[in-house]
Amino acid sequence: MSLIEQFKKSLSRSRSGFTDRLNSLFAGGELNEEFYEELDEILVSGDTGVQTSLMMVEQLKEEARQQKIKTREEVRELLLQKLTGILSSEQKEVEASEKPHVILLVGVNGSGKTTSAAKLASLYHKQGKKVLLVAGDTFRAAAVEQLEIWSERAGVDLIKQQAGSDPSALYFDAMNSARARDVDVVIGDTAGRLHSKYNLMEELNKIYRIVARSIPGAPHQVLMVVDATTGQNAVAQANSFNETLPLTGLVLTKLDGTARGGIVISIQDNLNIPVRFIGTGEKMEDIAPFDPAGFARALLDV
Amino acid sequence: MFSNLADKLQKTLRQLKGKGKLSEKDVDAAMREIRLALLEADVNFKVVKDFVAKIRERAVGHEVMSSLTPGQQVVKIVNQEMTRLMGETHGSLAISDKGPTSIMLVGLQGSGKTTTVVKLAVHLRKGGRNPLLVAADIYRPGAVKQLKILSDSVDIRCYSNEEDDPVEICRDGLQTAIKDGFDTVIFDTAGRLHIDEEMMSELAAIRDTVEPSEVLLVVDAMTGQDAVNAAESFNKKVGLSGVILTKLDGDTRGGAALSVRAVTGCPIKFIGVGEKVEALEPFYPDRMASRILGMGDVLSLIEKAEASIDQTKAREMEQKLRSQQFTLDDFKDQLGQLKNLGSLDDILNMIPGGGNIPKEVRQMSLDENNFTRVEAIIGSMTKNERQDPSVLNSSRRRRIAMGSGTTVQDVNRLLNQFSQMQKMFKQMSSLEKKGTLKKMKKGKKGFPF
Repeated sequence: MSLIEQFKKSLSRSRSGFTDRLNSLFAGGELNEEFYEELDEILVSGDTGVQTSLMMVEQLKEEARQQKIKTREEVRELLLQKLTGILSSEQKEVEASEKPHVILLVGVNGSGKTTSAAKLASLYHKQGKKVLLVAGDTFRAAAVEQLEIWSERAGVDLIKQQAGSDPSALYFDAMNSARARDVDVVIGDTAGRLHSKYNLMEELNKIYRIVARSIPGAPHQVLMVVDATTGQNAVAQANSFNETLPLTGLVLTKLDGTARGGIVISIQDNLNIPVRFIGTGEKMEDIAPFDPAGFARALLDV
Repeated sequence: MFSNLADKLQKTLRQLKGKGKLSEKDVDAAMREIRLALLEADVNFKVVKDFVAKIRERAVGHEVMSSLTPGQQVVKIVNQEMTRLMGETHGSLAISDKGPTSIMLVGLQGSGKTTTVVKLAVHLRKGGRNPLLVAADIYRPGAVKQLKILSDSVDIRCYSNEEDDPVEICRDGLQTAIKDGFDTVIFDTAGRLHIDEEMMSELAAIRDTVEPSEVLLVVDAMTGQDAVNAAESFNKKVGLSGVILTKLDGDTRGGAALSVRAVTGCPIKFIGVGEKVEALEPFYPDRMASRILGMGDVLSLIEKAEASIDQTKAREMEQKLRSQQFTLDDFKDQLGQLKNLGSLDDILNMIPGGGNIPKEVRQMSLDENNFTRVEAIIGSMTKNERQDPSVLNSSRRRRIAMGSGTTVQDVNRLLNQFSQMQKMFKQMSSLEKKGTLKKMKKGKKGFPF
């Protein structure tokens, strides 16, 4: 089963009202003010954000008028194109060609960084790459053990230091040994931190500087892990993290729940940061590269 | 916490406050702004709709239009409705009268259950209870270890057994508590999706086995519109008695706080406000509403001060001040106590009108790094220098500046401030002897500033 199918399945399993409302809205009727208002409300209830939703609905209204569109079904098609357009605007193939290709995972507490690090490691491992995991969350109790268990399951190497040690020092060692061991891909976990904590963000920036200094061009990817249930705060998160170290993309996790993850539309619209991967479960293989068209279709239940 | 929501609402309401007369148009414009502010704060859209409708109805009604200060009246209504939305009164924990009080923490993955279990235990121990923790998350790798490390660090016992299934573990945990005389048991369950039927029935089975006095849902304050779906499912399948809101120390607008209670009817009992084990506070809807609307929360501030300032130390300090033996060491001590109060930004928000101080001014005057700098400077002095700063010649000052990573100017500034402070105390105690300061002394808590 493809991940989009899985995502759709969990959406239908939940029936929390979002898809029902969408379907009944698009089932038929006039293109009047009430229709657009209802559409706006549904988008907001999917965490798309007030501003972004309003902007999309206004554009839809305008385009529908220009193209002389009469049915709601056609508007759905238009919306689908629009969503796909927004979500794929910054998408490009990221080849892990340089060696070592360094990926850093950052994000707030509980977003799913450690699990995503393990899943990504397993994904690259299966592609035949030599992967090194860095247990960079030296703060949270047992976070290192958590990643260690995952790394054993995935069969990839792990670099760690004892709990409470300086993550920048760990990264310095990790970069050296990645070169020495001739590793293809390095996947670095970091401790969860709220983006509003100045000192913790500075610590992250230091890790970034150390990595950049050790290996030219690294980190090749900096991915912010965002929980699909997160609301508008995710935009503030992405903004702060992006100021601390330039983000190249997002990992959208926990899409197997009832949350739509509409917040990524808002992030893409406001900050132009694309989604790279989605996580859809607790198993090692529950991760996939992001597919904008599939995601938009699943979101609108087409 | 809630700062953005507070900013927006306060701005809207300030515009209304000044008006001598309110038209329906004024009210409508304000309601639109309030609706927007709430939606941006992730309050559930259904809740927003009801909330705004209710305020509008009351705002254009008789009680406001006939009032001399209609704007003030609207602010009052918003405050009342917001308090009502968050649950009117503080919900305390149910204590079981027979056998140990058992508390189950449930929630989605990553909401902060394990950390909260430990925070709750520390909070309850402060209240004189003797808690046992039970590690029932056998699914997430390292979860049991995490709870063990955390509970060890605060010296609280944790029951675990990685052989059994969670229901067995919880049953044995409860038995252990009874056998070993614990009066409280807190169960840390695995994070799960509310639509995962199998995992949800496991929770129901645990509930039937341990018959908890409290089932608390742990909710991440940054959750969006989906918060109500999760809360509703957990409530339907397991039956909730309350909610703990976590990660409120960020810049989240905390809309989940407003909607979860409205949808499930379960009171918010605690809020998590930091990564330290002490960072758990009881939740008071009325106080929080005042804080959001910029009316301050003096009650919480006083309670906080009482809890974090050591009374014996305060009395000792008073003695020292009187006998003029106040040294740099004591000064550092006082700073430490002030720091225990929490972030200065939070404190300001608890003072009525404190929210009106512009952000830039706040950051400038209340740079918390100043505290750290002062501590570093004092820490770089020898014992002798701290007792008697008059020995500090320029080469000593240079050494201290180097040692603390500051400049000689910083050191000089601190010493100046300190000597002025000493002068002030001298004057105070001489005034006191004349009896003029008797009244002021009453309210004093031993703060030199």
